[in-house]
Amino acid sequence: MRVIIMGCGRTGAAIAEALDLDDHSVTIIDRDAKQFRRLAPEFSGTRVVANGMDQKDLETAGINEADAFIAVTQGDNRNYFASQLASEIYKVEKVLCRVKDPQREVIFRQLGIKTYSPTSSGATTMIAMLLGEKGS
Amino acid sequence: MYLIIVGGGKVGFFLAQELIENNHEVLVIEKDVARAEQLHEALGGSVLSGDACEASVLEGAGVGRADLILAVTGDDEDNFVVCEIARFYGSARPIARINNPQNDLVFKRRGIETTISATEAILSQIEQELPDTQFVPIMKLHHGLELVELKLNSVSPVIGNSPIGLKLPSESHVALIIDSDGIPKIPSEEIELSANDSLVLITRVENRSLVRQLIIGSSQDLDT
Repeated sequence: MRVIIMGCGRTGAAIAEALDLDDHSVTIIDRDAKQFRRLAPEFSGTRVVANGMDQKDLETAGINEADAFIAVTQGDNRNYFASQLASEIYKVEKVLCRVKDPQREVIFRQLGIKTYSPTSSGATTMIAMLLGEKGS
Repeated sequence: MYLIIVGGGKVGFFLAQELIENNHEVLVIEKDVARAEQLHEALGGSVLSGDACEASVLEGAGVGRADLILAVTGDDEDNFVVCEIARFYGSARPIARINNPQNDLVFKRRGIETTISATEAILSQIEQELPDTQFVPIMKLHHGLELVELKLNSVSPVIGNSPIGLKLPSESHVALIIDSDGIPKIPSEEIELSANDSLVLITRVENRSLVRQLIIGSSQDLDT
């Protein structure tokens, strides 16, 4: 699968490395080249310094050939905007968007974007751990 | 009318001032607390401090009963999200300020029909000022339509014809002719087009190059 990952933070880098190991064709973009330090030296994918909300930048990163787009920058709105670009303009088949604000996550999902909220998921997991531990 | 302005920068502030003067009910939502206090002093009570991208803030602002929501922050992605959330919660018509003219398309695709781009406005003004410009986009209208101006030269294929019945792409119409003396004329059978006339057309954005070819006869130097 040809995947573009927007945002080379901890999550973006982890996804990029795992998919790269799994022999997917990975392009990771970040507007700050320093962020690529998070990637392991073995990472064989492409690094592009670019703003994921700029159409020319996305085209340079190969959005027209991409099968998937994953938006994991620090900004919920940036992630959503770039996801809609990938989905509406470039018709990328699989678009995933990280949204930290749980309220916004619900709305964005209902507006047609596949979203993931680390806040909601984290809370759910920790509650399950807590209650599970209490029972044992 | 009840108008919510999101973003209390210069644009938001002057908009609010004008609209309040025109007796509209206005609420400005500003994220920065210090700036919100400043605005509160300058504008009176019509300021809410908060992040309008948070659904609860927009709800608290009464987005459900708003007629218009004006997203005028300096960030296109924030304006985009404000318009999307506003449409999700209410029936207010969104108007978005955009900075990168390219972003216009994704706003339109998402049903945010009215976008204002200072960059585009200035570019268009520059093009109108250039003596050799033959094709000037004047303004974007709803539903992918736009108003354009074409200046005829001596080899334009339409010279000698009437503006009625010109071969044009579908959904394109000549709205006005401005002759070389600057006199505006409504299109009619009697008019014979000549060099240095300007035609104001309503057309679809995607028809630009075709319109240009049919009227000016060249598709070179295509504007974006």
